[in-house]
Amino acid sequence: MSGNHPHGSDLSETDLRVRALETLLIDKGYVDPGALDALIETYEHRIGPHNGARVVARAWSDPAYRERLRADATAAIVSEFGYSGRQGEHMIALFDEPGVHHMVVCTLCSCYPWPVLGLPPTWYKSAPYRSRAVIDPKGVLADFGVTLPEGTEVRVYDSTAELRYLVVPMRPAGTEGWSEDRLAALVTRDAMIGTGLALEPSSVGGQP
Amino acid sequence: MQGFGPIRPEPDEALWHADWEPRVLALTLAMGATGAWNIDQSRHARESLPPGQYLTSTYYRIWLEGMQRLLLERGLVTHEELADGVMREPARPLPRRLELEAVPRVLASGTPTDRPASGPARFAPGDAVRARTMHPSGHTRLPRYVRGRIGTVVSVHGAHVYPETHATPAGDPSPRWLYTVRFDARDLWGEDTTASAVHVDAWEPYLEPLAAGAGR
Repeated sequence: MSGNHPHGSDLSETDLRVRALETLLIDKGYVDPGALDALIETYEHRIGPHNGARVVARAWSDPAYRERLRADATAAIVSEFGYSGRQGEHMIALFDEPGVHHMVVCTLCSCYPWPVLGLPPTWYKSAPYRSRAVIDPKGVLADFGVTLPEGTEVRVYDSTAELRYLVVPMRPAGTEGWSEDRLAALVTRDAMIGTGLALEPSSVGGQP
Repeated sequence: MQGFGPIRPEPDEALWHADWEPRVLALTLAMGATGAWNIDQSRHARESLPPGQYLTSTYYRIWLEGMQRLLLERGLVTHEELADGVMREPARPLPRRLELEAVPRVLASGTPTDRPASGPARFAPGDAVRARTMHPSGHTRLPRYVRGRIGTVVSVHGAHVYPETHATPAGDPSPRWLYTVRFDARDLWGEDTTASAVHVDAWEPYLEPLAAGAGR
């Protein structure tokens, strides 16, 4: 077990149920305890939005890569970066451009491109976002403190199959000549879902 | 459904909100990797929770309930065993077990759903289609808000495992052609929508052709 909070008497009912279930499944031989810890460690530390940020930074920096990403995002992401597999087997990149903003949702459950963004945040998996993104994406953006330029059209993608979408936000002005590492620091997780924009250079002070 | 209120993003949200959540994630992935069930059966199990329970449960709580349902359905555990975690019955044989050493490879491989198509695609990009008016009692991936609506095929994605059949106990993949279909948001929601277009990924059985030039 994680051992973070060893208060025996404080354990919630759910905590006890899950501990019992884990013990049972290990004793039955259905799961390997080492594998459980490795799975958690993978999503806590290795797979996360820093992956997608690198993909976006390269698309910003390298027009040929951007076109490869457009033509076959799965191949471009896997061959260049190795971000493959579970919940990212079939990737599609959506490119924001002046006047066009993209937003991704899974109204039916919580489908999300894990290899490039990691595990989804609670709001993405919850009823308010799932129900409103397809009807009122600009209202959703307002909840995130984002206002798009007047007249911007918002194209919403509902991930109803195993295709997984990565939004490539627009590259902020004033970043000419920046390294990919520096550019990646501007790419937020929310910008790759479509509920945010890439950060402006002025908001990240100093040199990374 | 509507009326769920504003979205409340947590700044710098932690991955977990309780110690048991990562354990549920890991158990779900590890059990999924045994081949005891497929992802469509897993989604169906979660969706089968009573609506009141579904809407008021946290995300990983839904995963926990769904996994318990799948385990019981397949006789992999008993109710008694779930209650206290004490094994009473022998384990049932499963196709495989996810070992520690295999975790990176298994995660990196994923479970692609593309399959060889058994015939030509019915639709092509640019085709006007109508999403069927249907109300299946089993698992489906056609959202209610597009049923009966007219859209345009944007992309053709080859044949993919079909959740309607894959989610049944028989688990038949029965691959069908998969399309991205664009719907004009005003056709779905009326003039007040702030979306311009909504795209869904729809399998061929969800779609009906429209004659060229058919009006709305």
